Amino acid sequence: MADTLLQVQGLTRRFDVSKPWLNRVLERSERQFLTATADVSFDIRRGETFALVGESGSGKSTIAKMIVGLLEPSAGKIVFDGQQMDFQSGAAMRALRRRFQMIFQDPFASLNPRWHVGDIIAEPIRTFGLMRGAAVMKEVARLLDVVGLSATDAAKFPHEFSGGQRQRIAIARALSSRPEFIVCDEPTSALDVSVQAQILNLMRDLQDEFGLTYLLISHDLSVVRHMSNRIGVLYLGRLVEVADGKKLFTEPQHPYSRMLLDAVPDLELSGRRRRQVEGEIPNPISPPPGCAFHPRCPLAFDRCKLELPQPMPTPGGNAACFALGKPG
Amino acid sequence: MAKIDAEEMKPRSWLFRMWDSDVAYSFRTSPVALIAGLVSLIVVLAAVLAPWIAPYNPYDPSQLNLMDGFTPPMEPNAFTGNVFWLGTDNQGRDVFSTILYGARISLFVGVMAVLFAMVLGITLGLIAGWRGGWIDSLLMRIADVQLSFPSILIALLIFGVARGFIPPALRETMAIWVLIVAIGLSDWVQYARVVRGATMVEKSKEYVQAARVIGAHPFKILARHILPNVMGPVLVIATIGLALAIIAEATLSFLGVGVPPTQPSLGTLIRIGQQYLFSGEWWILLFPAVTLLALALSVNLLGDWLRDALNPRLR
Amino acid sequence: MAEPLLSVRDLIVEFPTRRGTLRAIDRVSFDLKEGEVLGMVGESGAGKSITGAAIIGLIEPPGRIAGGEIWLRGERIDNLPMEKLRRIRGKRIGMVFQDPLTSLNPLYTVADQLIETIRTHLPISEKEARQRAVALLDRVGIPAAARRIDDYPHHFSGGMRQRVVIALALCAEPELVIADEPTTALDVSVQAQIIDVLKEICAERGAAVMLITHDMGVIAETADRVAVLYAGRLAEIGPVRDVIKQAEHPYTAGLMGSIPTLTQTSDRLVQIPGSMPRLNAIPQGCAFNPRCTRVFNRCRVERPDPIDRGDGRQVACWLHDPAEVRNG
Repeated sequence: MADTLLQVQGLTRRFDVSKPWLNRVLERSERQFLTATADVSFDIRRGETFALVGESGSGKSTIAKMIVGLLEPSAGKIVFDGQQMDFQSGAAMRALRRRFQMIFQDPFASLNPRWHVGDIIAEPIRTFGLMRGAAVMKEVARLLDVVGLSATDAAKFPHEFSGGQRQRIAIARALSSRPEFIVCDEPTSALDVSVQAQILNLMRDLQDEFGLTYLLISHDLSVVRHMSNRIGVLYLGRLVEVADGKKLFTEPQHPYSRMLLDAVPDLELSGRRRRQVEGEIPNPISPPPGCAFHPRCPLAFDRCKLELPQPMPTPGGNAACFALGKPG
Repeated sequence: MAKIDAEEMKPRSWLFRMWDSDVAYSFRTSPVALIAGLVSLIVVLAAVLAPWIAPYNPYDPSQLNLMDGFTPPMEPNAFTGNVFWLGTDNQGRDVFSTILYGARISLFVGVMAVLFAMVLGITLGLIAGWRGGWIDSLLMRIADVQLSFPSILIALLIFGVARGFIPPALRETMAIWVLIVAIGLSDWVQYARVVRGATMVEKSKEYVQAARVIGAHPFKILARHILPNVMGPVLVIATIGLALAIIAEATLSFLGVGVPPTQPSLGTLIRIGQQYLFSGEWWILLFPAVTLLALALSVNLLGDWLRDALNPRLR
Repeated sequence: MAEPLLSVRDLIVEFPTRRGTLRAIDRVSFDLKEGEVLGMVGESGAGKSITGAAIIGLIEPPGRIAGGEIWLRGERIDNLPMEKLRRIRGKRIGMVFQDPLTSLNPLYTVADQLIETIRTHLPISEKEARQRAVALLDRVGIPAAARRIDDYPHHFSGGMRQRVVIALALCAEPELVIADEPTTALDVSVQAQIIDVLKEICAERGAAVMLITHDMGVIAETADRVAVLYAGRLAEIGPVRDVIKQAEHPYTAGLMGSIPTLTQTSDRLVQIPGSMPRLNAIPQGCAFNPRCTRVFNRCRVERPDPIDRGDGRQVACWLHDPAEVRNG
């Protein structure tokens, strides 16, 4: 497809969580692997916001890290604008790296406390050699203005800012290499709601202004609904459903998507009762066989315990559930 | 409170920022830190300015008169009538001058040894913490082995081995440098361990990830991002390590394996002094020992204070 | 009217620092009726957790209660000696904190901790205490409670641990439970379970709940009344439905508008400009005045105290002063 900016195919990541070698020998335990992400495939179109939602242990941050090269995939490939990403090849990646950026969750950890704000924002500019000399600080001043801070803030240190202002600084840094694609890993979950609104609005404005494409990682369905064109739902490292934005909320297909929706508190006081959600997420080191969701699923039948469901087309995208194909 | 606000609007020079920082404030309001700082400063200044302060040059044989030997403090010598503030030693060297010059050597050896240990320890710690894996395991096992021996023993060993390699003609001049390397090598482990731990913490922080996302070179990340953020605890160890290095130097000199006797350090003076302690010439031992104690104690107290001041809970 | 269970009058909490004394709580007053669930919301730094800590006497020195009174069923408890306060804590006031890991001692089994707490406060035998503990664990939804009671805290998952903490808070039959962000560390699907358990079990036992959270959704589902804090001051207090449906304080209104919901249709969220002032720079007059869209001269000079509107609601805003209403 011509308008696909990022393509993820069969992305898998296993972590070795075995005990140290000596302990393994002494305690006769096996090597243990944690599959954080298993066979995940999706496309992101240019200019859209694609969201990945899931609870802790769903592997959403692992996917984000693999896409920006912080982690190496165990299997699968990532194709950015037609070029397969290979983080080992320095020269070819350099040009590609400039075109994507990341915004992190914790604005208190994502800015080096010993650097001036100006240098923090200028780091990508300098690393990619985009400008030099006085032009750099002029660009920094422009970026600070773009994110709603003042040019004089460049001379300050991160600790002089509130959480929301720090996240603005982090956004300015992400914008400074003029990227097309930004991975936003829980960008507002460390912020207060009123500040969250500011940051979400800012992200939307920037998307319109610079034609950005976002991959939004979040556990907050309301935020995801507000921001995204398309949404992928993750459970225990697997993509259980991909759906067009509002479709997921009006007609959730996978039982897990439905369960997540039911768990969202009802702020309108419409009298909608939260459905009691059964159980908790299983240990990802030893996930249940078959469909990993079957122990918590109200629709589960025998086949779910044995076989792994593959994605099937739905009105808004696709979903991996046997109950969907079942008549009645 | 409105007044504080107005103050915050003013641009600040780095000098003001330093004065205004929490560490500086803690120093200003801590009597122990102030006294320890003052004592350290006096000893350091006296040592650095020794050639201009000391009434005699104890290293210059032409100024020595054996007849001045064993002069008690503040009393005229029985033969020459010369008066020395703190008396003289067996060879007629002025104890006060010798202490000044000795403290100079002690401090020089201490500072250089700490710098050596710091550079080595920080480098290895950064590598171990950043790379992890077998490099980390190897370095940390070496550190474990070294830690299971007393560091003075290791310094003695290194000193002995090094002496074997150096031609006799150079032994006198090289002695100080061998001493520095010996003390430094026996002390790098602490820095490496602390830096390794802190590096592992910083490495996982998001600002380092942000630098990795744009493909910044690992060397640059280590030097510009991680190093400045791990220096706090290193400074604390370095300060306490300075006191330990000064004592280690004194110990080695006391054992007679340190600096040559023609250039006495505080340890050498104490070694000479203790030979005459029971024959009544107490001053040869007492004054150098008190100086060493004051220096080591005040530097140590400074280190303790620094550790408390840099405690994250107070920041 | 019956005497309130808890009455907080003009509470002031101060933290002396070298740059002057910071007032974290500034003249906050509210009542809590028997069996009532009072939500306490506000952004980080608004003082909601400190209010809870003040009530149970757990303000970290050098912070201190610098003024006001706290009454528990007619008995003044803010100036009690440590020893007496400790007897109230746990016995008459139970506590549930954000992080279940830190509220349980990792070195003791759940049974040890429950039985010890029960026997400290109630004159019953070890065997009876154990029976009571098992019943309680069963009630908070721990499967196979009789067996699992002898496990250590780390054997439980996050959600189960928080259930244990709730059991621990309720085991001495307290009259009041203070829950400080009880669901913040949990996954969305588990949050609803925990809130339900907390609400039901407190209702059964007639314990009042002070629910401290930044999550309006949790408040909406759980609380009878809600108090909104801003910069250490009470902005608004009233029945939860009224406050959410029709916020009277401009800050509450902005806060409600800034929360994305599952039914909202507009592209942009309402945002309150700026951020909450730091405690050392609280503006003169109404603390919210620099960010308020409906500010007028009086707001910049005079601080509004909560104005009783007669319908169970109090609003600290000059817009609601009868004199202002008449004039304009």
